Amino acid sequence: MSDVLLRAEKIGKVFGGLKALHDVSLTIPRNCIYGLIGPNGAGKTTLFNVITGLYKADGGTLELNGKSLIGCKPHTIVRCGVARTFQNIRLFGHMTAQENVMVARHTHLKAGVFGAIFRPPAVRREEAACRAEALRLLQYVGIGSQANRVARELSYGDQRRLEIARALATEPQLLALDEPAAGMNPTERETLKNLLLQIRNDGTTLLLIEHDVKLVLGICDQLSVLNFGQCIAQGTPEQVRRDPAVISAYLGSSAA
Amino acid sequence: MSKTLSAKSHSLPAKVWAGYALLALALLVAPFIVGQVGGNAWVRILDFALLYIMLALGLNIVVGFAGLLDLGYIAFYAVGAYLYALLASAHFDYHVSAWIILPIGALLACFFGAMLGAPTLKLRGDYLAVVTLGFGEIVRLFMNNLDRPFNLTNGPQGISGIDPVSVAGYGLNKGITLFGQHFPSSYAYYYLFLVCMLLVVFVCIRLENSRLGRAWVAIREDEIAAQAMGINTRNVKLLAFALGASFGGVAGGLFSGFQGFVSPESFTLMESVMVLCMVVLGGMGHIPGVILGAILLTITPEVLREVINPLQRSLFGRSVVDPENLRMVLFGLALVLVMLFRPAGLWPSQRRREELEDDA
Ligand SMILES: Nc1ncnc2c1ncn2[C@@H]1O[C@H](COP(=O)(O)OP(=O)(O)OP(=O)(O)O)[C@@H](O)[C@H]1O
Ligand SMILES: [Mg+2]
Repeated sequence: MSDVLLRAEKIGKVFGGLKALHDVSLTIPRNCIYGLIGPNGAGKTTLFNVITGLYKADGGTLELNGKSLIGCKPHTIVRCGVARTFQNIRLFGHMTAQENVMVARHTHLKAGVFGAIFRPPAVRREEAACRAEALRLLQYVGIGSQANRVARELSYGDQRRLEIARALATEPQLLALDEPAAGMNPTERETLKNLLLQIRNDGTTLLLIEHDVKLVLGICDQLSVLNFGQCIAQGTPEQVRRDPAVISAYLGSSAA
Repeated sequence: MSKTLSAKSHSLPAKVWAGYALLALALLVAPFIVGQVGGNAWVRILDFALLYIMLALGLNIVVGFAGLLDLGYIAFYAVGAYLYALLASAHFDYHVSAWIILPIGALLACFFGAMLGAPTLKLRGDYLAVVTLGFGEIVRLFMNNLDRPFNLTNGPQGISGIDPVSVAGYGLNKGITLFGQHFPSSYAYYYLFLVCMLLVVFVCIRLENSRLGRAWVAIREDEIAAQAMGINTRNVKLLAFALGASFGGVAGGLFSGFQGFVSPESFTLMESVMVLCMVVLGGMGHIPGVILGAILLTITPEVLREVINPLQRSLFGRSVVDPENLRMVLFGLALVLVMLFRPAGLWPSQRRREELEDDA
């Protein structure tokens, strides 16, 4: 198998007259942390929504392991191996942390209507395994002690980590994180950084949107910079840091 | 130390068991006590309460668990009832056993549920409600008018002379004889309906605590997040629709056999609204709450009916207001009050109560 996991080419997305994405191309290799940065409104989340099937691209190609994702429904794309978190946290607020993760095991469980009603031994085993796996994932992201708390009562940082655990429960090849560090304090950010490295080392590729430039440059293997829907630079953190287009985009936007 | 601990941990289940035993006993003797106090009419009301519990629990899967508004639910009840009437009456002179018709009725209602759901589940809340309302009316109008060109439903006159349900060859219409005393059919049907109702409760509890139940709640809480977790929301919603409908189909068949007569009049929009009220008033998505809602809404109007007329006579010397109208006024008032003071229902689940408090 080639070492390219996701390939996007010339992706375009228009909202009304606004070109939210314009011919964006990127190639994500397997087993890396790929960063996606850019000023507010650059189109990062829009690209996420296109990749995960929430929006339909107006043009371009999108392939995971060489298989096209264009036109697939969000739930099919998850089954192909792309999971995500949301910039504005979207947990199942009134379910417990553990139940949230169990929901995400949906496609890995088999029980249908009759299985649910008669609950034969196979279904019992499956449910017990699902419960245990959910707990393991909560411990993996460091919130095992919160398993029985209702999701919306968790602290902001814990909610973000719960979203990561929930996404991991779908067993993705590519995990797309939309600003996972937003609203976290420096210590939480440090733990998050270690968690992300751990996830990468355990074999899941990460696509990371993040405004914390220090965090991004610190852990990403490669990154793309978006500005006004266009990709203005790509490469290793070293290369991107020196890129004049990037410097002017960031300075320009912060000066404005 | 350890002894007291274990004694403590055992005392609770014992209490719970005693509670269940008491409840079982109460359910077993209920028709005799009710019959003794209020006469056979009240045993029939009890039977209807059981039927409505089944209906409300079926609708609860759609409305309570999956969060989809369905205003035409009674159509599935009608489908089950008419299927039974057509296959077990003198109308076509078929006399199929109830135990064959009831499962077919469940399947047919299930099929109708899927037929309604497939094209409409893309619609958002209020639009879905309007379409389901239309569906309910269409089914009723079909029943009303399908006596021409070929007499399928016998039109507004309805179908009468429907075979009773028999258990092990014993027609329940014969009632029961106990200690040399005879009790009419409503007593016998009570036990049949009780068993069916308990089965429905069991199925609901199992569904709620399953992969499907979790998916339904996830969709209700955040549909986009549910999709992003790999749930095929369309299929899972369709399943809720079809399953809920199948409960209605079974209840309809039982109604038909019990009543011995069906006509389109029993399946009006008002009935759909009534069942929805049971679910909402009791506590959407909470099985005990829904049961409470169904019991209250079946029993209270009957109590009012018995109380209003004598009360008017003693107050004014004659009947001033038609009890039927007053009943609706009081009923509407009660609904408004409950929704004002207990918006999550009389007996909501913890989760639902919080959801509503958050929205407010
Ligand atoms: N559903 C939508 N309808 C219309 N316009 C949209 C929609 N989604 C995004 N946009 C617009 O597309 C542009 C890109 O938005 P996007 O959310 O992708 O930016 P972003 O890079 O994620 O920004 P941020 O860093 O603030 O999250 C913005 O101008 C936004 O207003
Ligand atoms: Mg964004």
